[in-house]
Amino acid sequence: MRLTKILLGAVAAMAMSSAAQAERGADGQVNIIYWQAPSTMNPYLSGGTKELEAASLVLEPLARYDQDGNMVPFLAEDVPTVANGGVSADLTTITWKLKEGLKWADGSAVTAADAVFTWKYCSHPEGGCAQSEKYNDVTGVEAVDDRTIKVTFGVSKPFPYGPFVGAQAPLIQAAQFANCLGAKAPECTDANFGPIGTGPFAVTDFRPNDVISLEANSNYRDPAKPAFAKVTFKGGGDAAAAGRSVLETGEFDYAWNLQLAPDVLANMQAAGKGTVVSSFGTLVERIMINMTNPDPALGDERATAKHAHPFLSDMAVRKALSMAVDRKLLVEIGYGDAGRPTCNVLPAPEIYKSSANDACLVQDIESAKKLLDDAGWVAGGDGVRAKDGKRLSILFQSSTNAVRQDFQALIKQWWSDIGVETELRNIDASVFFGGDPASPDTFQKFFADVEMYANNFDGTDPESYMANWECKQAPRPETQWQGNNMPRYCNADYDALVAEMAKTGDLNERARLAKAMNDKLMQEYIILPLVDRGRVSAHSNTLGGVVLNTWDSELWNAADWHRVKSQ
Amino acid sequence: MTDIAVNSLANARPPRSQWLDFWEQFRTHRGALFGMTFFLFVLLIVFVGPYLWTLDGQYIDIRARNQGPSLAHPFGTDQLGRDTLSRLMAGGQVSLAVGITAMALSLLLGTLIGVMAGYFKRLDGLLMRLTDLFLALPLLPLLLVIIMLFRDTLRTAFGPETGIFILMVFVIGITSWMQTARIVRGDVLAIKEREFVLASRSIGTPSRRMITRHILPNVLSPIMVSATLGIANAIITESALSFLGLGFPSDFPTWGRLLFDSTDYLQQYPERVLWPGLAISLTVLSVNYVGDGLRDALDPRIRGR
Repeated sequence: MRLTKILLGAVAAMAMSSAAQAERGADGQVNIIYWQAPSTMNPYLSGGTKELEAASLVLEPLARYDQDGNMVPFLAEDVPTVANGGVSADLTTITWKLKEGLKWADGSAVTAADAVFTWKYCSHPEGGCAQSEKYNDVTGVEAVDDRTIKVTFGVSKPFPYGPFVGAQAPLIQAAQFANCLGAKAPECTDANFGPIGTGPFAVTDFRPNDVISLEANSNYRDPAKPAFAKVTFKGGGDAAAAGRSVLETGEFDYAWNLQLAPDVLANMQAAGKGTVVSSFGTLVERIMINMTNPDPALGDERATAKHAHPFLSDMAVRKALSMAVDRKLLVEIGYGDAGRPTCNVLPAPEIYKSSANDACLVQDIESAKKLLDDAGWVAGGDGVRAKDGKRLSILFQSSTNAVRQDFQALIKQWWSDIGVETELRNIDASVFFGGDPASPDTFQKFFADVEMYANNFDGTDPESYMANWECKQAPRPETQWQGNNMPRYCNADYDALVAEMAKTGDLNERARLAKAMNDKLMQEYIILPLVDRGRVSAHSNTLGGVVLNTWDSELWNAADWHRVKSQ
Repeated sequence: MTDIAVNSLANARPPRSQWLDFWEQFRTHRGALFGMTFFLFVLLIVFVGPYLWTLDGQYIDIRARNQGPSLAHPFGTDQLGRDTLSRLMAGGQVSLAVGITAMALSLLLGTLIGVMAGYFKRLDGLLMRLTDLFLALPLLPLLLVIIMLFRDTLRTAFGPETGIFILMVFVIGITSWMQTARIVRGDVLAIKEREFVLASRSIGTPSRRMITRHILPNVLSPIMVSATLGIANAIITESALSFLGLGFPSDFPTWGRLLFDSTDYLQQYPERVLWPGLAISLTVLSVNYVGDGLRDALDPRIRGR
């Protein structure tokens, strides 16, 4: 008994001491698998997620987004705001300050000149920089002193956190890339395959579209990190094989983006070698409601603002359609852990998330029926409700995809329970999302009564996303059927909110406006959000410190990853 | 012939008809007999079965999803809890109806054009170039255009399901007659030069009678074979179109759609692929056997051997 206690104590002491004395490279090797293989380590030369993520092990920006979409300083001391004086009152300049004593992996110092160079590299007129939109409207980047970077914009920027923030816009070393400006950028193979960075790891061997070997960066700013001495970053294969290699065989420690059916993933996880993790961004599966009449008899004026929809323009009908849907069940069937029910078309980041619409989470067939009764829609002999000769008969379109067709079938049944007849149609995804103005089947033309698809927005700032439902964004013949306002929603109050957000700099005020816009769309039942879809990855049970992040690179905190000691 | 005459005289039986001869011959082909029995059996199950097994194949019972075979659901349920047996029967109705109707249409077109081209020299060039034109057309884009142009019109005129049915049958029919036409034309060209044709022409048989009485019976065997292949082809084309989202609505079961829907669950619930797959392949196989037997029975040179 006493012996056991002593032994236990000893083990505990050892565990504590190992935690306290964590040292760089103590945990050996970590194996990462991405089923799409990176072809370069230079994020400025590729728009692909896989390249951005691989590069994020080596290259770092001034600030990153954390798992909640908040900005955290990485190379910078703190995040400049109007309040702390880092952003000028007219919103045209932002001033960053680098941390003290930062070194590149080769031992040289990181200075503001590297940031100036990075901007020049990406904004060079001859070079096709894949991330140039991050540097939109930047008129100058200036090194005030060795550690101070001042970015000037040509216009007033309410959200000035484009340049040098996030995985898409890290700092590169001026000395290494000095001869790689403009058209010469793709020719600097050595630099592009093995950039010198400030991150926790440095490239030792890069084989394009295959394997990347990395080792711990000996000049990393935290002397205790990273815990791993070596990283093997394997690319290629498919999602199922990648999932298996982590969850079933344990060959790899981390697998990225496992788009698999929930029961397939659950089966793999049952092998007990790893854990599936998911994290949520802004991707929302939603039903759009057509406010205009898609009747083919209307010819060229079909689905335009000239003719209101015969029954979906009645809010009671739209509300009843929303109430009849059981979002929890949809999640369970289609996405499992990779989804959660939502009542907002703007579900994240946290500060933009409204809680005013959560009533929709509960299915309520009876109230929906009552609502329709009260609004004068009475069931006919065939069980379909009608009023003034207009029958509640809906054409419901979506893209071809097994999960979507299951959703359609389920929703059809719920709607038939409340006396709404539904005809389903599915369209090949490349046609549906193709945007070809000659095809009648695109999601912009919307020649149906309701349609279902998913959409999200880039980054964390919802300004342009919420502007999608401005009146003038409606697809119509005059715009060659382009535009993002699929429901053809048109409300002057909403447009005023959009205009106000475009000139508001304060983050909290912006959040209030975004929420107000979201609530307006939700409470008028223009869009019926269904599922907030997440990103799914898997890590081995022996890999600790993984925090899945959809706002930045998934490997954003690889410096904190460590081996979990088995008991 | 004398044999038969003597027999009928001796036993005072009614005179034997051509069709009786045909049946006698068909009966000797065991595969054909078996195939026909099976095909009739499938037709019976698919069209009469729903009156005995009354569960609705489109009704979703979400709590009963992914179930194995049981008394309540002999073939189990799918990922939304719909009864697989009912769906198979409902799907069979649509698939067989589409298959048989489309086959009949393509056979009619193919035979008509083939015989015309083979028999009338003046029409030959024109009709065969038309056939080449249809063969050269890329099928899928053509289908896309046809469906895009006529879907909405037919939908308003006949309702979503009947409208699509007419469209599907029409589309499959007019895009699959070319092989039949070519084969038939080849055979007609050969038969036209035979002595018996010359003989009947010399006694003044008009073209219409010549075709129906002398040519058609002799080209029946290739027509029968392409007919049986045609059913299979039509069922498969219909599944492909449904898969692309151009066919019937996604919740409307057909064998092809059931098969496509199940492929995702191949690993966990292999039986779900098995049932529609078996239904399609056994039906096609039985129809092929029937075709084989028909060909033997219809060919006067084989008959009686």
